[in-house]
Amino acid sequence: MTDRPGEPKTGSDKPADAIVLTDLKKQFGDLVAVDKVSFSVKSGELFGLLGPNGAGKTTIINMLTTLLIPTSGDAVIAGFDIRKDPDSVRNNIGIIFQDPSLDIGLTGRENLEFHAIMYNIEAVERKKRIAEVLSVVQLADKADTLVEYYSGGMKRRLEIARGLLHYPKVLFLDEPTLGLDAQTRRSIWDYIRNLNREYQTTVILTTHYMEEANFLCDRIAIIDHGKIIALDTPADLKAGYQGDVITLVTEGPVDHLIARLEEVSWVQEIVSGNGSLSFTVPCGEENLPEIFHLVHTLGVTVRSVSLRKPSLEDVFIHLTGSTIREQDGTRRAAMREKFRRRMMR
Amino acid sequence: MIRANVVYVLWMREMIKFLRAKSRIVGAIAMPVFMLVFLGLGFRRVEVPGIPIEITYIQYLVPGILGMTILFSSAYTGMGVIMDRQYGFLKEVMVTPASRISIVLGMIAGGATTSLFQATMMMLLSVFLGFTLPGLPAIAGAIMVMLLISVIFINIGLTLSSVLKDFHGFNMIINFIVFPLFLLSGALFPVANLPVAVRIFSFIDPLTYGVDALRGMMIGHSEFPLALDIGILLVLAAITVFMSGYFFQKGEAL
Repeated sequence: MTDRPGEPKTGSDKPADAIVLTDLKKQFGDLVAVDKVSFSVKSGELFGLLGPNGAGKTTIINMLTTLLIPTSGDAVIAGFDIRKDPDSVRNNIGIIFQDPSLDIGLTGRENLEFHAIMYNIEAVERKKRIAEVLSVVQLADKADTLVEYYSGGMKRRLEIARGLLHYPKVLFLDEPTLGLDAQTRRSIWDYIRNLNREYQTTVILTTHYMEEANFLCDRIAIIDHGKIIALDTPADLKAGYQGDVITLVTEGPVDHLIARLEEVSWVQEIVSGNGSLSFTVPCGEENLPEIFHLVHTLGVTVRSVSLRKPSLEDVFIHLTGSTIREQDGTRRAAMREKFRRRMMR
Repeated sequence: MIRANVVYVLWMREMIKFLRAKSRIVGAIAMPVFMLVFLGLGFRRVEVPGIPIEITYIQYLVPGILGMTILFSSAYTGMGVIMDRQYGFLKEVMVTPASRISIVLGMIAGGATTSLFQATMMMLLSVFLGFTLPGLPAIAGAIMVMLLISVIFINIGLTLSSVLKDFHGFNMIINFIVFPLFLLSGALFPVANLPVAVRIFSFIDPLTYGVDALRGMMIGHSEFPLALDIGILLVLAAITVFMSGYFFQKGEAL
């Protein structure tokens, strides 16, 4: 994983915040999907919303893009209030939705033309930009095929091309690389970064991929159960989380080892499952011999050991008490997801 | 505020999709064709009370079936919006800066064009069943009336589509609103034949005035004065445009 230097891209001449949320809340019946969230995104920043499915990321995006009306609270995008002036907000934003939003009865090019006309792009410019975005996502040769016959990855790429077509000031990306292969994901990351740097586009993206947030974002807000639980640069989030992570791949039962480790004061964040056991210690190099002594005494078979510096995922575990994947399957998350799907229709 | 290019692109999309979906063209007029053929032939010799003796049943029936064709194909526009919502395309439309009223007008333009196309085809087919076409001015007048009927029902469909968000609800609408609207309108027989308690409902059915106006235009026989029918249709069309515009403006797009 590559760390991004967290230098701010906005100079003092352009201090305005592109997005400001104030106590933004959305309730569906009894379910509070977004619970009084406040944060701001600087102009030109690449900002990430990281959290498990059902955490409220998409609901935030839907409110910021004027598709849902907040229950309470407010937000200002590019200087325009989402409640009072939704038309001006829409004029300044672009969004790449998480769920498909193409007309499959039209060709790729027709989908793009539709979009460009809706955004008032003149015919000559339209033609130029459509050719440009099609080549970026490598769909030029499939442009005149009905979207119905596109593969999942091609549809996603077309949606990304469409979101870039009108050069929005603020671009929302809701899980932009969900379900894409590694190679396509990489090229889309590069494109998002370029767009952010060259056109000074403010980008706000949601993801539940740690490496995506780590690689792309200047700052990350970690969100869980509708609340922001941490907000910082990837480097500072990791720095705020002291220690090294040791992971043991074990054979046979490890319950007694876990019980013993829990008694040791300097061992923290014990997570086990699937034949592996990981935990945090203040200094890996020094603590490892002691751990091994313990393992040996208890007669646990260890097949491999790894020692690493904390990742964003560890930060996430630290903050929420569970792994991001684990949470996907819980009943509560499933319920939220179901509810969200219903609201999405 | 109203952007012509937005209206145009939404209309164009509807045209492209309509022409690509050949089955939809056939499917949309199958039902009115069956009604026309079986009722027209089956009741050919029947004397229906309330229909002047000099007007044959087929002459009486055709304007009613045209009204029905418009009603059903216009309701389909609302269904199209629900399908767009289901497939996510509505989000793409609603997140653009295009004014909501332009979007509504674009949808009306697209829906009305397909409705009128289908009704015109029905009108031509009816000639084979022995319907005597009126002169060109009367046909032009009938098309204007059909446009008004179409606008009214497309707007009702759009309004419902912004309230009801899935197909199940919409099927209920078809069964419990569209069919009663059709049966109460006097499309098949004079409403005067209905018991008073039921007849009251036909007076609040916009299609009653639509079908009556079509008869006035096409066969020179109408229950109410033609000017009254058209006046009511114009007022309803204006009201429903504002209604669907309002719901698209205020509602949540998801």
